[in-house]
Amino acid sequence: MADELALLLRRAGFGPTAAELAAAKKAGYEATVAALTAPTAPDVGASLAPVPVLGPDPFSGLSHPTAAQRATASEERWEQTKRLTRWWLDRLTVADHQTREKLWFFWHGHWATSVRKVMRPQMMLLQHQNLRSSLDFSVMAHKMITDPALVFWLDGESNTRAAPNENLGRELLELFMLGIGRYSERDVKAAGRALTGWRIDYDGARSYFNPAWHDNGAKTILGATKNFHAHTLVDFLLKQDRCAAFIAERLWFRYASSTDPIPKSTRDAMVASFPHSMSMLRKLFEDEAFRASAGKLVKQPTEWFVGAMRHLGLRPGELSDEMSTYVLNGLERLGQLPFAPPSVEGWPAGVEWLTVGAAQTRLNFAGRLAQLVPAQRLTPEDVAHVLTIETWTNRTYAVLKATTDPQRLLTIGLASPEYLVT
Amino acid sequence: MDAVTRRRFFLASGVVGGSALVAGAAKLSLGGLLRTASEASGREDHRKTSKLVIVTLYGGNDGLNTVVPYASSAYHAARPELAYEPERVLRLDDALGLNPMLKGLSSLWGEQRLAVVLGVGYPKPDRSHFRSMDIWQTASPSGPTSSGWVGRWLDGTRAAPEAAVSFEPMLPPLLAGESRTGACVSIGGLKLPPGLTADLVGALGRREPNESELQARAADAYANLIDIDQLIRDAEAASAAPPTTVQPDSPATSTGGSNILSAQLSRVAQCVEAGVPTRVYSVSLGGFDTHASERLGHEFLLRQLDQALTSFAGRLSGTEAGRQVTTVVYSEFGRRVRANASDGTDHGTAGPVLVLGSQVAGGLYGEQPSLTDLDDGDLKATTDFRDVVGTLLASVLQADPARYVGGGYQPTMLPFLARD
Repeated sequence: MADELALLLRRAGFGPTAAELAAAKKAGYEATVAALTAPTAPDVGASLAPVPVLGPDPFSGLSHPTAAQRATASEERWEQTKRLTRWWLDRLTVADHQTREKLWFFWHGHWATSVRKVMRPQMMLLQHQNLRSSLDFSVMAHKMITDPALVFWLDGESNTRAAPNENLGRELLELFMLGIGRYSERDVKAAGRALTGWRIDYDGARSYFNPAWHDNGAKTILGATKNFHAHTLVDFLLKQDRCAAFIAERLWFRYASSTDPIPKSTRDAMVASFPHSMSMLRKLFEDEAFRASAGKLVKQPTEWFVGAMRHLGLRPGELSDEMSTYVLNGLERLGQLPFAPPSVEGWPAGVEWLTVGAAQTRLNFAGRLAQLVPAQRLTPEDVAHVLTIETWTNRTYAVLKATTDPQRLLTIGLASPEYLVT
Repeated sequence: MDAVTRRRFFLASGVVGGSALVAGAAKLSLGGLLRTASEASGREDHRKTSKLVIVTLYGGNDGLNTVVPYASSAYHAARPELAYEPERVLRLDDALGLNPMLKGLSSLWGEQRLAVVLGVGYPKPDRSHFRSMDIWQTASPSGPTSSGWVGRWLDGTRAAPEAAVSFEPMLPPLLAGESRTGACVSIGGLKLPPGLTADLVGALGRREPNESELQARAADAYANLIDIDQLIRDAEAASAAPPTTVQPDSPATSTGGSNILSAQLSRVAQCVEAGVPTRVYSVSLGGFDTHASERLGHEFLLRQLDQALTSFAGRLSGTEAGRQVTTVVYSEFGRRVRANASDGTDHGTAGPVLVLGSQVAGGLYGEQPSLTDLDDGDLKATTDFRDVVGTLLASVLQADPARYVGGGYQPTMLPFLARD
């Protein structure tokens, strides 16, 4: 019972504090699921970290920039990107509605778009807000298909009647709405044609439709023939049985197990709540298979870092500039810098986070975080309490017992296998 | 020496010391690995397997001033301040010559141990450092891919963590696979937080009975980290290391890479000589982003490169293990044909790839790109870099090139390793 609750809180959010875990134990599993997925009180914590105002893209207005102007503007963009990323990490840490914040993080990984290609942090923020304003998957899919960052990321801009580019159409089917192998190459080409004509107004950070670039002909997709365009295509895909099942599978993969397949009964229960993603999540949390999935997920680096900040009572927004830079570099080395997924497939999972290189980075990262906590006396039991670990294995306990230095104890705790796997 | 070294490895990994590691399917201790190699499976000796050393030049090396088309009037016209006079270059043939700083490489050329692949690039060149480097390392010009080509080879061969080792500060994407990655070994020694010892971290890496597979794998990563570090230290201790000098920083802007190439290469030589089972090593030299006052900075870097490669090649040629090593040198792109207004060059496209070693059939491969038929001021690549990658995969790693190059590309084999 207690273990199930700890598992629920770890999976639903970024790492419960000892106080949150104690409150949940008092309330019980069902009531906690309800409170997590349908919070009633306003999110006071989140209000401490309001969405930042980035200012205009430093390249806008520069029609023929010199090398020096270019360098300055690039530098400014990078500063804006750092500010945006730091804000999000702060928001994930301080928000009370952890389940909603975690779900938005999930959707970022689902519609994985990287600032490395998009370059404009303003467009990344716009996409982020588009995701935040649509917990219903059908609303989200409609917003995403013309989202400027996503369109740019997948070359939608160069997808025209005369020269179709199938990148966005392919990923829409493969990674966003149906899953690989549920369509033919002909469907990909036709979907690409349906998505022609969308252009980006960079200065306005918006997309617009140019009928002259759109392929107005009939397209046959998954056996249906009509003059599909972006939104009718999305509507059509939303109605496919595969779509709801695919989203349920993706949620299972990130929230329950990255190795075991979703049981059919779990998937059916979740599909019944499609397209409302929070309700799907609720069905998942209530499911027996979820409650038995302990040890099946490795924390993603962002989860690990944000969880550590929460457990240590720290805020990313209050770190020094030097430490902030260290954090972003550290997350990048661990393989998960928010707003910069490695590819459109999104983040890795499971053992892929457990490389030798990551082990070295994580140890030093943990050491730096532990240094931020004022020294005091700690025992291995205290560290377990702070990090909400139920019990240490004999291995880790023995390592912890080898030192009395509080920073060292915290470092070992944060790096321990027990803390990395949920 | 041989037996002594092996024994060191056993001791290091605790196999002889009695605290045998709990070895699950995912975890094979290095000591165990060496024992398997030397005792059980037909005395395979890691000194006899072919190995690859990949030298990455970060920042975009100016290919035209590395392998100089000295006889071309277009070359001299495009960059009057930067061009080398024909009498200064170290001639390869009647059209091309090496930069005067590359004296050591020039003697390797004379010994036919240096191959120069000309005009290497990829379709639709990208002029972003990071994107272009990504393309080279992932061998995926069509779009971002999360794995490097060496990483995919690690995945596909289910390689042990020490099969690919980087001596760079950060693991390059090259060595990152989907399920496996190479190991990043810090050249200045394993860096751990204050007060944390290798013993403590090693202890954190012990598997526990009844823990979940993932939790056990999390522990393995710590054990492997310590084992690999120890393996490298032992290799260093076992070989007489020449004194390494840390080179001063070069004047160009940093775009990644390290400035202590010779130190990295001497670690590689030690490991090779000690019979460490690593097949691929990654090292790098940074600072090639010579947008301004190029001549001085570029020559400084090329001299560093030449010294590091030459002493490495000389050392390797003295042992059988060393003669199994092939070294390849590349950069993410060349530079523009025409110099810019600050006596530098901006980001360009194709460039030469150097391949050296005892297995190499020296000579020129491919075609030097035209200096008059340009693509918007840039060279048109004549050789796809995936052909170079594919050849290395097939000839050095004995792997299926198409499988690890990926993206459906069928690499053409280049005969630069066809030496008998």
